[in-house]
Amino acid sequence: MTAYSIGIEILQILILLLAAPAFTGWVRTVKCRMQGRTYAGICQPYRNIVKLFAKEVILAENASWIFRSTPYIVFGVTVLIGAIIPFISVDLPFAATADVIALVMLFAIIRFFTALAGMDIGTAFGGMGSSREMTISSLAEPAMLMAVFTVSLAVNSTSLTHMVNVIGHGEFILRPSLAFAVLAFIMVHLAETGRVPVDNPATHLELTMVHEAMILEYSGRHLALIEWAGMMKLFLFSVLGLSIFCPWGIAASGDPAGLFVALLLLTLKLAVLGVVVVLIETGLAKMRFFRLTEFLGVAFLLATLGMLSFFILE
Amino acid sequence: MCIMKVIVMNSFDIAILSVFLMLSPVLVSPCCARYRNLNITLSFSLTAAAAFAAVVAGILSVHTGITTSAVLQMGLPDLPFHLRLDPLAGFFLCVIGLLALFVSIYSIGYVKGFAANRSVVRFVIFYSLFIVGMLLVVLADDAFFFLVAWELMASSSYFLVMYEDEKKENRRAAYLYLVVAHVGALAILLSFGVMAGLSDGFESFQGYTFDSMRATHYPVGWATAAFFLAFFGFAAKAGVIPLHIWLPEAHPVAPSNVSALMSGVMLKTSIYGIVRITFDFLKDYPWWWGGIVLALGLTSAVLGVLYALMQHDLKRLLAYHSVENIGIILIGLGLSMIFTAYHFPALAALAMMAALYHTLNHAMFKGLLFMGAGAVLHATDERNMEEMGGLIHRMPWTACLFLIGCVSIAALPPFNGFVSEWLTFQAFLLTPALHRPILGLLIPIGAALLALTGALAAACFVKAFGVTFLGHWRGHSSLQKVHEVDWHMRSGMLLAALTCFLLGIFPTVVIRWMDVLTERLVGGSIGTASGSFDWLRLSPIAPERASYSGFSVFIALLFVVLVAWFFLHVKKTTVRRVPIWDCGFEKINARMQYTATSFSMPIRRIFGFIFQIREETLAVEPVRHPAYPEKLQYRLRVRDRFRYWLYEPINAGAYYVARKVGLLQQGRIQVYLIYSFVTIIVLLVFL
Repeated sequence: MTAYSIGIEILQILILLLAAPAFTGWVRTVKCRMQGRTYAGICQPYRNIVKLFAKEVILAENASWIFRSTPYIVFGVTVLIGAIIPFISVDLPFAATADVIALVMLFAIIRFFTALAGMDIGTAFGGMGSSREMTISSLAEPAMLMAVFTVSLAVNSTSLTHMVNVIGHGEFILRPSLAFAVLAFIMVHLAETGRVPVDNPATHLELTMVHEAMILEYSGRHLALIEWAGMMKLFLFSVLGLSIFCPWGIAASGDPAGLFVALLLLTLKLAVLGVVVVLIETGLAKMRFFRLTEFLGVAFLLATLGMLSFFILE
Repeated sequence: MCIMKVIVMNSFDIAILSVFLMLSPVLVSPCCARYRNLNITLSFSLTAAAAFAAVVAGILSVHTGITTSAVLQMGLPDLPFHLRLDPLAGFFLCVIGLLALFVSIYSIGYVKGFAANRSVVRFVIFYSLFIVGMLLVVLADDAFFFLVAWELMASSSYFLVMYEDEKKENRRAAYLYLVVAHVGALAILLSFGVMAGLSDGFESFQGYTFDSMRATHYPVGWATAAFFLAFFGFAAKAGVIPLHIWLPEAHPVAPSNVSALMSGVMLKTSIYGIVRITFDFLKDYPWWWGGIVLALGLTSAVLGVLYALMQHDLKRLLAYHSVENIGIILIGLGLSMIFTAYHFPALAALAMMAALYHTLNHAMFKGLLFMGAGAVLHATDERNMEEMGGLIHRMPWTACLFLIGCVSIAALPPFNGFVSEWLTFQAFLLTPALHRPILGLLIPIGAALLALTGALAAACFVKAFGVTFLGHWRGHSSLQKVHEVDWHMRSGMLLAALTCFLLGIFPTVVIRWMDVLTERLVGGSIGTASGSFDWLRLSPIAPERASYSGFSVFIALLFVVLVAWFFLHVKKTTVRRVPIWDCGFEKINARMQYTATSFSMPIRRIFGFIFQIREETLAVEPVRHPAYPEKLQYRLRVRDRFRYWLYEPINAGAYYVARKVGLLQQGRIQVYLIYSFVTIIVLLVFL
């Protein structure tokens, strides 16, 4: 563990903390533009967070310590995940802490505690949100793991650094299995980050909320942490996908010059990915909750096909 | 060498000491029957000490890796009892001892409140005999002694399930348990018969020792018969689907400390049996045995968790989760068998390690959860989650410890459940090494099912914890009478929670310690396979292949949380407490919360084809206008399909045969005389 790699680690966490709201702002801006609405610019999420941090916390009378500690746990786990995914350089000392399976389970911690916090106040909304979130996740998680397994079978490892090294810095091989896996991953990405057609991040309409229903009772700095962590989650799922399926440009080991290229390419890739997410969100309507089984079933099927094609073709 | 010798002597002697110490309450308890509190404290302190001795013996014997055996001059003439402590027995001794230690501490508090005016002596006697039975099962080294110990364990736990025998439900559950346990024991007996016969000829009696079974090479056909008989017998005891039917009946009605032991460690004795017979006696087998074990494991895991999700009785929910976790253990064993059959000892070692580590983990977190459920039951007199809620405010300790159990069982890092599940996933991902396309295709599907199980388990424990401990009190009686449990119960749970946590953040230490097991059983070890297998990171195959460090995850998480908390609390900010926002309706009440049934409704609908569901909504009379019923009654019944598909036909068949046989019994002496006359004639003709 050298000073350089520790520097990379810190740089990555800073990028995560600072760039995540900008990415969300970008997605919102493009979405507004595409739907012909006026937009507040990509800096609006920063203003929202700053405003929420300054506000007073209002807690329901029967909120327990679960409710109060969840924002911190959620925030902590999100930052931890950011320290594990190599998205600008493979020189990441913390990447060996968890492989991709552990990463999926780290995302599960966020969900577990958010769902508990949703049930803590004892309103019907919170319980509804928790119930739906856990149902969606229990269908999405197998699909997610199958997609990830397909990649790890192809590169013979579940370590993210190794995946980036093999796919990004090894020789280029056209793999049909990865094409299926990437489609499955995008569908799971939409489900896990609560985008249309699974959940609508912009709605507070009672009957369709999932994620918003769970965090309805939060205010002040708690809400700020959760919102910030939510933006980071969107960012992280995007860079996770990019690191696994499109790692070209991520700096190789001990290559400070490559960092600039990596940063530039990352910005570009995220900008494009943001547009893709918006296109999907604008093109599709939100699904009925019980239609999601089919949506996530398709994701699972695609990932399975990816795995089958790995065994048959590769 | 000399020091080693002393240690070895000790580990076996300590194990024997532990058994005798565990037996002592049987004598001590009746002597002080008049002093109730003293009796409870003394007896359970003795069992705790005995359990501690068992843990020490187990740790030492695995650590030194040396086998000791002894012959007892007991039993039938010429058929003495054999005892043996090898690393495998030592490991299970350690698992049993560890949970028995925590549960015994817990019991000091629990039994005082629970036993009310029933006889404590009866409870103590069967409790100690039950643990003695489990200890002897793993120490036994011949078929005869093994079955005696097995029966001791089964029958004493039957009496414990029956403890509150004034309830009809308990009597039924205990009876069902007894029947299934004995059908299983019969199959195990037959399996031993086959092996003993083959090892030393069917005329001799000396084949009954495990040593002679170990030394024999079995022909494939007989080996298959022996394996499946034994597997059936052990699976019945472990509650593998479809033989699980007794488990969700017996575990909830038993006293909670007994449920913790039954679920946490008694089921593990069957895992011990399967490992012993498969990897120690039979050794050589085709891959499809492993395939069947794997398939049954997957079925148990997925169906177990789905059935668990449908429960609203806290203890029943936990019982179904035992079915799920036994499934996960069998997945590891099945994979290990497949790898062994294809001669990949290193991979077999990984899968075996996953199974054994999960055995240890499940004992800890399931014990903890059952103790937590017992604490809730003790405080509220209620097992139905729909009548609970908000207990976190009245029982902060129990809530926190129960949460640790939930996080562990839901396989979330950095707790212990995750480590074994992660190892199982790694084992799954190594199947391409087999170069068998069919297996290569089917096994990843298994990995997906395991992922589904994990995700559903998380959903289930959000439900269990959320409905029981969070929100508002839903019960009819007052929340004010609910109180936190005493220190004995708290410390029993605390120790179990601490073990869960330590097993999660220092898995490398434990896995190094357990390495000798896989080396003996499958001839490979995962500790020495990779060079950089240090205390911090677990990398079972090679560091670039996969690595996980629970300790780093925990420290980093703690660091970020503390930094975030510190930054937000530099400036003193106010927190205002206000009533819940009720959308202006002003009539919000506890009955409007999501319940356990409503929480699992989406999953019930999505996986509805697995259950037998009867759902009806009735308008309660009088209805003034059909379009506007004033009161509705909702009835829901979700049943296990196996009961309907498998057990009811068997039941009906048994009754049918019994009725037909009954026709022979006319109750008249003349008819019976004719029977004996005809029998004699027939015998004379044919002989």
